[in-house]
Amino acid sequence: MRANAQASYAAAFAPPLLDPDGDVPAVVTGPNGKSAMKRYNVYRNNVTVSLIEALAAIYPAVQRLTGPDFFRAMARFHIRETPPTSPLLFDYGRDFPGFIARYEHAQALPWLADVARIERAWLDAYHAADAAPLAAIEFAAIAPDRLASLVLTVHPATRVVRSSFAAVTIFAANRTGESADHIDASTPQDALITRPELDVVVRQLPPGGAVFVTCLMSGCMLAEAAAAALEDSRDFELATNIAGLIEAGAFTSLRPGDQKK
Amino acid sequence: MSAKTAISSLVLAGAVSTALATLAMAGPLTKAEADAAIAAKKEKCFGVALKGQNDCAAGPGTTCQGTSTVDFQGNAWKFVQGGTCANIELPGGKHGSLKPV
Amino acid sequence: MDAEIRPRTSAAIPLRFSLAIGGVAGTSFKPEHLAAILDEGPQRGFFEVHAENYMGAGGPPHRMLERLRRDHPLSVHGVCMSIGGPGPLDRAHLARFRGLIARYQPALVSEHLAWSTHETSFFNDLLPLPYTKATLDRVCDHIDEVQEAIRCPLLLENPSTYVTFRNSTMSETDFIRAVAERTGCGLLLDVNNVFVSATNHGFSALQYLSDFPLARVGEIHLAGHAEQSDDEGDLLLLDSHDGPVADAVWKLFEIVIARRGPVPTLVEWDSNIPDWPVLKTEAAAAQAILDRRCAMEDRHAG
Repeated sequence: MRANAQASYAAAFAPPLLDPDGDVPAVVTGPNGKSAMKRYNVYRNNVTVSLIEALAAIYPAVQRLTGPDFFRAMARFHIRETPPTSPLLFDYGRDFPGFIARYEHAQALPWLADVARIERAWLDAYHAADAAPLAAIEFAAIAPDRLASLVLTVHPATRVVRSSFAAVTIFAANRTGESADHIDASTPQDALITRPELDVVVRQLPPGGAVFVTCLMSGCMLAEAAAAALEDSRDFELATNIAGLIEAGAFTSLRPGDQKK
Repeated sequence: MSAKTAISSLVLAGAVSTALATLAMAGPLTKAEADAAIAAKKEKCFGVALKGQNDCAAGPGTTCQGTSTVDFQGNAWKFVQGGTCANIELPGGKHGSLKPV
Repeated sequence: MDAEIRPRTSAAIPLRFSLAIGGVAGTSFKPEHLAAILDEGPQRGFFEVHAENYMGAGGPPHRMLERLRRDHPLSVHGVCMSIGGPGPLDRAHLARFRGLIARYQPALVSEHLAWSTHETSFFNDLLPLPYTKATLDRVCDHIDEVQEAIRCPLLLENPSTYVTFRNSTMSETDFIRAVAERTGCGLLLDVNNVFVSATNHGFSALQYLSDFPLARVGEIHLAGHAEQSDDEGDLLLLDSHDGPVADAVWKLFEIVIARRGPVPTLVEWDSNIPDWPVLKTEAAAAQAILDRRCAMEDRHAG
């Protein structure tokens, strides 16, 4: 009973915050009988604008690609549909790439959702736990006959984003303030996002690389991952990929897995 | 299992030693080298597309203040030119453009 | 022997209080200012951060805060605890808050008399509550729970508001006084919020300050505000933190310091953030007022 009475003020105040057509809650007023409309709209505006700006801070390349007016309109719709559920704003916007993919006015930019996925991964890497990356010397210490069953521990920052478009090039060109030249979007690209120390690094993965890393991240043995990558692409080069993953700091440690001879 | 048939220990050992030799020769990219690679728009295998940028894209923060930018309404929006998307060419030679309402 | 020195509670966090920092002026910490701050070397003053922005697992935010903390006292300012909300506190969030305080040992810890989460939605704004016996009970329970968790006193900040609840039965100052007396919490007096709310609701800021339990104030906030108008065309102020502190707010601050004596004072600047020297100059102006008051106290004591 008491809980209900208390809940009423938030239950009455909250719903119109993200509904611009909703009535101003009857529980509030201005002083001396003044109207509460513009006063309540201050809260509506604070909520909407601060969340649009949160999305703009997570997705700066998307905003640069669409221009701020389009971005803010798209973000406003997303916020109303999917407000944050956590007070940690750097965790917000996980559903935004999916929203972009089905947003009717962005259908002419089919690569935009993948650019957003790379930006979301960038911020995850930025806030991920600190861990020392795997040193090359640890690989050197493994006996050749144990390499096949090797299992790697993924670094907390490591992410892979696959795209049917040139999402890595489009992302990189629009994440900085430099003028974006003409880009051919039609080349499929996969991104590897790592943060071996303080700097987040986005790399373009070579053919088969995404399958190789994803497989290793899920706990596959080295030989399994290499085989899966070769099945994905005949151009997969194992040595290049091993060197690249070490250089990128994608993993933290390795151990021989269960020997299945 | 395909893993066993496809990749022999010998192949793995060869690849690992090649990888280690490559790394020993090249060493990790310095920031200057990475920047140079980006500037040259090199898209080599494992090429760095973007490094750092922590200052300009560190993500959102919480607010305990109000805003004087009014932008909570708008169920419709007008098509506005802007953005770099027009520079991006789609398969079939089309350029990306935002669909006006 | 060992049993005697071991704390009885299972809390992993020891009871530790940072030294009181006294009448020092500080500023909001913004990452873009870090290089300029470090270039100047250790200096008088403290920095305040929003707790939630440092609740990630790792990475640059923690490196920056560690670097800052090495030479300066910190103030951890929570924004999203929803102490004024009808629902239970978010236990996971409280645990993160506690962890942050244990890690950085701030000199000051504060939260707002407001709410920002309802059911599953987080609104990222400080929303108002009615002042009634029922909400007073609820707020006191929440503050007890927070102080139990963090094991140090919490400073509760007075809000800036734009509407009032028809069912409020207490004034804001009576409500805040009752909260402080019942929970033992301290208060963060935001002088700009007082000025904003006084303008918006047509009450006297001076009267509010006379009714406010100043003895419990452990920190002061100063900030800039913006002007709009209400439905009747009258002035409506926005707590926008996007510019210099208004002259009227400086005046109120001087009055508060004259009555309360020097306390840590923060200049908040969260939007349209200026270069570091501008923010530093605002803090220096607050410091001058604090120092003048200190000198007066010394003269009287001497």
